[in-house]
Amino acid sequence: MDDLLQEFLTETNESLATLDVELVRFEREPRDAKILGNIFRLMHTIKGTCGFLGLPRLESVAHAGENVLGKFRDGELEVTPGAVTLILKAIDRIRQILGAMEQTGAEPEGDDSALKAELNAMAAGEAAPQAAAEPEAQPAFQSPSLDDEGGFPVAAELLAEIAEALDKDPSLATPAPAVPEAKKAETPKAAVAEAAPPSAAGESSAAQSSIRVNVDVIENLMTLISELVLTRNQLLQLQRVQKGNEFKVPLQRLSHITSDLQDGVTRMRMQPIGNAWAKLPRIVRDLAVETKKRIELVMLGADTELDRQVLEIIKDPLTHMVRNSADHGIESVADRLAAGKPEAGTITLKAYHESGHIFIRISDDGKGLNVEAIRRKAIASGLVTEPELATMSEQQIIQFIFRAGFSTAEKVTSVSGRGVGMDVVRTNIERIGGAIEMSSVAGQGTTFLIKIPLTLAIVSALIVEASGQRFAIPQINVTELVGVSDRSEVSIQRINTAPVLRLRDRLLPLVSLRGLLNVAEDEEKAARTTNYVVVAQVGSAKFGIIVDRVFDTEEIVVKPVAPILRGTPFYAGNTILGDGSVILILDPNGIAQAAKQQTADDGRADVHANAQDAIKDETSFLLFSTRGNELKAVPLELVARLEDLDATSIEHVGGRHVVQYRDHLMPLVPFDDLHEWPTSGKQAVLVFSDHGRSMGLAVDEVVDIVRDRMAIELSSERTGVLGSAIIAGKATDIVNIGHYLTLAFSNWFDGAIEAQFTAQRRALVVDDSAFFRNLIVPQLRAAKWNVTSAVNGADALRIMEAEKPFDIVISDIEMPEMGGLDFAQAVRRDSRFQALPMIALSSHANADDVEQGRAAGFNDYLSKADQPRLAENLARAMEAASHGRQWRNAS
Amino acid sequence: MLQTAQTAAVARHEASTQSFVTFEVAGQLFGVPVMKVQDILTPDAIAPVPGGPAEVRGLINLRGRIVTVIDLRKRLGLRYEGERKGMCVTVENEGESYTLFVDGVGDVVTLQSDAREDSPTTLDPLWKELSDGVFRVDGRLLLILDVGRLLAIRSKQ
Repeated sequence: MDDLLQEFLTETNESLATLDVELVRFEREPRDAKILGNIFRLMHTIKGTCGFLGLPRLESVAHAGENVLGKFRDGELEVTPGAVTLILKAIDRIRQILGAMEQTGAEPEGDDSALKAELNAMAAGEAAPQAAAEPEAQPAFQSPSLDDEGGFPVAAELLAEIAEALDKDPSLATPAPAVPEAKKAETPKAAVAEAAPPSAAGESSAAQSSIRVNVDVIENLMTLISELVLTRNQLLQLQRVQKGNEFKVPLQRLSHITSDLQDGVTRMRMQPIGNAWAKLPRIVRDLAVETKKRIELVMLGADTELDRQVLEIIKDPLTHMVRNSADHGIESVADRLAAGKPEAGTITLKAYHESGHIFIRISDDGKGLNVEAIRRKAIASGLVTEPELATMSEQQIIQFIFRAGFSTAEKVTSVSGRGVGMDVVRTNIERIGGAIEMSSVAGQGTTFLIKIPLTLAIVSALIVEASGQRFAIPQINVTELVGVSDRSEVSIQRINTAPVLRLRDRLLPLVSLRGLLNVAEDEEKAARTTNYVVVAQVGSAKFGIIVDRVFDTEEIVVKPVAPILRGTPFYAGNTILGDGSVILILDPNGIAQAAKQQTADDGRADVHANAQDAIKDETSFLLFSTRGNELKAVPLELVARLEDLDATSIEHVGGRHVVQYRDHLMPLVPFDDLHEWPTSGKQAVLVFSDHGRSMGLAVDEVVDIVRDRMAIELSSERTGVLGSAIIAGKATDIVNIGHYLTLAFSNWFDGAIEAQFTAQRRALVVDDSAFFRNLIVPQLRAAKWNVTSAVNGADALRIMEAEKPFDIVISDIEMPEMGGLDFAQAVRRDSRFQALPMIALSSHANADDVEQGRAAGFNDYLSKADQPRLAENLARAMEAASHGRQWRNAS
Repeated sequence: MLQTAQTAAVARHEASTQSFVTFEVAGQLFGVPVMKVQDILTPDAIAPVPGGPAEVRGLINLRGRIVTVIDLRKRLGLRYEGERKGMCVTVENEGESYTLFVDGVGDVVTLQSDAREDSPTTLDPLWKELSDGVFRVDGRLLLILDVGRLLAIRSKQ
């Protein structure tokens, strides 16, 4: 028997047990919609799963039962004891078929038409109450069937039991006026199956190969084991002191067993999410066959571990959602081809840890939700009035699918579409403190994002030490570790008071864990010793955390901190390590923010009124001074390195200054004409790099690094200056590095670049080159655009779905994953974006390129190489967009 | 009949007495209701919480559970005098366990409820806010602490 079937048997047996209990409760409280909803869902699940597994007999019985339940739910049928008995009888039948399957691995043959007829008659409101009230009607047909050797052994056994039961209680054998046609239809053999009640044999033994343990029991066990570990550790300590005693060997053994026990119990609670996904490929495959679609299922992050309890709770919702995607989301092959999509639809499941949560994303590239149908249904079911609906956005309207009893499937299939699903999904997820979000784009698909708190989950963490205390940093946030000392190639430098690390091509802002947590000792001493920098990534921001020592990584169970510590922003939780010590888990996000706050407290940066906004809009600037003693600023992101060059190393070749730098000649450009090259001493140089080329900007002195909002006040007419901004309370010129790059290299912009912008008038810049994004975004901001950037077409599409509409899109052509041309086509396919101005920006801009761009849907095509005119062209194109004017056609 | 009267008397007696776990901080005797106390222990490793509220001395592992240690000396606004040895009284409040770090733990005393007096009006306002009356025990004043108010520590941002 394959695993899938085995699992199905176990699961269904559990469901059936629940159903029995629920039905009895329901009989007593027929008005309780919650109980009914639960019963309906269980029956629906059984039916659905049977359908996928190719078990027509079970499916048909469940379907008939579900029909009756549906009538109850819609209030069309009164809940009578007779009706409930009939449902129970259907459950018994299912259980009995399962029992046979347990033995043979296949669905037993048999005919359930009598039962189904009864159920259908009940659903149609025709059943005579007595008929339903006498579920044991069929025993009248037993005698002949007992002689039937063609039956299966289990049934024979069962029949023997029934016969015995009948002997004891002859009243059971009273023939009931069952539906006459059904009686005729029955064959003796079918009657065998029909008559068998639930019995010991019917309880599948698969159900017993695994047991369910209350989580409390495991939790309790966990606590006891922690205590055992502590005791073990104490013993080991004692034994180390008293060398060579006879306890040594047994103690070691005890130690190993304790470790194994601890592992075992921990593992008992954790499971990779892949376990919950295991049956999805088959479900999707079968569904694809049934609906004649082509569907690919992509599963990413299957090894992400989840607490067993959480896994159990999200398993059904996930299955439901994938089923929905396959059934309703993905279009038929013909429809997909007509829409210009690949023949096969894709459903992507992705699980990952992020910022203290587990995220599960289920996305499909199908037709998206039918907003119109949801709108109609919402009104029809009285959830909302027409005027109310008129004020709602599409995103708000589609949220109705999370309401109970809401289904827009045009036809009810055997797969889904009975309104079971999304409301249950949402309830289940919220029950464990999670959240679910959904976005849908007509013609492009639907994405669900489930967020589950990490509180119950295990994570891998890096254990570090600062000032003698150990801390855990979630491994997920750590991108690399760098050892630094005075002698090492990389070293910590200070620009004013802000520590930075020159790491490869970037200057990395640093935070000292010691300083941050106020466990500071003598700063001088700290600076002299060897340190480690943990490079952490939070969202797109990278920064380094300076620590004293780095230990191993350890798997830790995250526990939330006590309520009185929740106001402390640095900690994501705490945990107990294997040696019994309590350790705090650092929250890199909180640290990044706290570090910023600290900078502000130092009195250099002024207000950070809104921390949230600050994360989004703040930029680090490097401040430097020039001959005229004016302060200039450049975004720190753009600066690769700072160098103090020996004046003697600077050479003057052909009217240009160059320096031999890392085996290459690097051109040096003076900030302005006033610059005087020193003949002795040092020359401060800001190094900018992109695509393997570097240039140096010669300045007088590097002054400081500050973090502030990028609020460019007015655009400047001066060459090489983007505009000025108030940085750290002073008016400061923001330097246009692009200008200097073209001075250094006339062909600087040949490299592939990708940028995206969004703004007050919102612009989306799509470019895969961080360098170009950093170059163009400030220019757009200077022109008062609110800019968002994306790294490729796919990223851009995702952003466009998730965020408010953009006023303009500026996209590179050559990008990984999804290039500009594909991107433009995808955008144009969306009815909402027909009129959206799109500008292509590429290093290749010959007539053919321009023509292709235009054909793909770009309104305009600008050349990156034309740096002097780039800003001007962009400004003009964007100005046209913001005034809705006719698009310029010449490139 | 007699028995009933006796039972009633015992019940009355029980209703009118209260038991407290007593402990000392800076020479002052304090008490908390015995029902609130889960555990008394001598802590060995307290992991500090840098950046946390001043009153939080750290975290300990109490049989697999992480329990926050509240330094009662600090909580009572007393000066912190270097490293001190001490004991911990674990109390439960609204489902969360905290442990109070004190200088030393004394006896469990059972006292007549009607012997409880209001806190003196001259008491330090902070102490007054945290206290729930006083008793006289062997010529000393036993200040009863309200566990709920004691643990209402505003975490600093």
